[in-house]
Amino acid sequence: MSATAPSINAPKKSIWDGGQSPFKASYGKLMMWFFLLSDAFTFSALLITYGLIRSAHPAYVGEAEAFAFSQEYWPIPEKVFEAVPFLHGVSLPLVFVGIMTFILIMSSVTMVLAVEAGHRMDRKDVEKWMLWTIIGGLVFLGCQAWEWSHFIHGTGGGGAGLSWNEYGPPDFAAFFFFITGFHGTHVFSGVVLNFIIYYNTVTGVYDRRGHYEMVEKVGLYWHFVDLVWVFVFTFFYLV
Amino acid sequence: MHAENTTHVQPQPVDKAKIRKIWVTAGYMALITILEFIVAFTLPLEMATTRVSIFVLMTIVKAFYIVAEFMHLKYEMKVLIWSILIPMVFVIWMLIAFIYEGAAINEIRY
Repeated sequence: MSATAPSINAPKKSIWDGGQSPFKASYGKLMMWFFLLSDAFTFSALLITYGLIRSAHPAYVGEAEAFAFSQEYWPIPEKVFEAVPFLHGVSLPLVFVGIMTFILIMSSVTMVLAVEAGHRMDRKDVEKWMLWTIIGGLVFLGCQAWEWSHFIHGTGGGGAGLSWNEYGPPDFAAFFFFITGFHGTHVFSGVVLNFIIYYNTVTGVYDRRGHYEMVEKVGLYWHFVDLVWVFVFTFFYLV
Repeated sequence: MHAENTTHVQPQPVDKAKIRKIWVTAGYMALITILEFIVAFTLPLEMATTRVSIFVLMTIVKAFYIVAEFMHLKYEMKVLIWSILIPMVFVIWMLIAFIYEGAAINEIRY
């Protein structure tokens, strides 16, 4: 008797019965996508709540030149974030945060290049681009540390804490700490993950495994961190 | 450690067109960020609605480039693309509901 003769009575196999990837993506990559989706909800909730609190407060009316910090209305971001390291006392609105945005976008680009090198099994190139990505992440974190320090110490009006700040209503500083802090935590864990990938690449783990998919998975996370920053940049600093 | 096992791995040649595409995408994003700065400094604060609409639009364009090209979602299966995009309606709902709510609180308070 032939064992494998096709029969109309055989149970129909669905692509969901196991043994294959219905989404044509590995389990790990798929789960990274769904984790990022849930993380996107968290960040959306934070930024949208910022929108709610901001729209619940009065906005500043009048000339931008005449703007002064007050507890009575929500501050104009470009009047708060106008300092740049080593250029003390010079008003350069949003320049520093623009530099930070550029750094993070560039580190996203080097990450794509690392993933691309991984597809080609090119260990030397993966090492090079992962290292640039890690450096970009660290520089961004350094910039954020400076920005926080400047924000907390203030410009002579008392600075900022969780319950009070010189720039506007208490919620303004609270949201600044919470949103940029939560994003900064993501950048930090991203740098740690990137370093682990870099270490594994250098020690030849992925060459022995036969593929560089881990670079891709962590790359997804790193791009997400960049994506969130694009939204933080717009809704916290520009609008 | 096991270095002798890895020396035989031969990297494949670089696809110049692919690398070019990555840098072109990066260039677009840099250009959009510069445009955002120009808008932030030239359009007066009184034109709040125009400013905000331009910023939001440019942010969505940048987000598209990151998700579609860098995260490679554009080249995944349709079902994966929709599994990620459709749940975003909750975010849109939340945005509308919360901003509406904020405006209502503002009206009651002031």
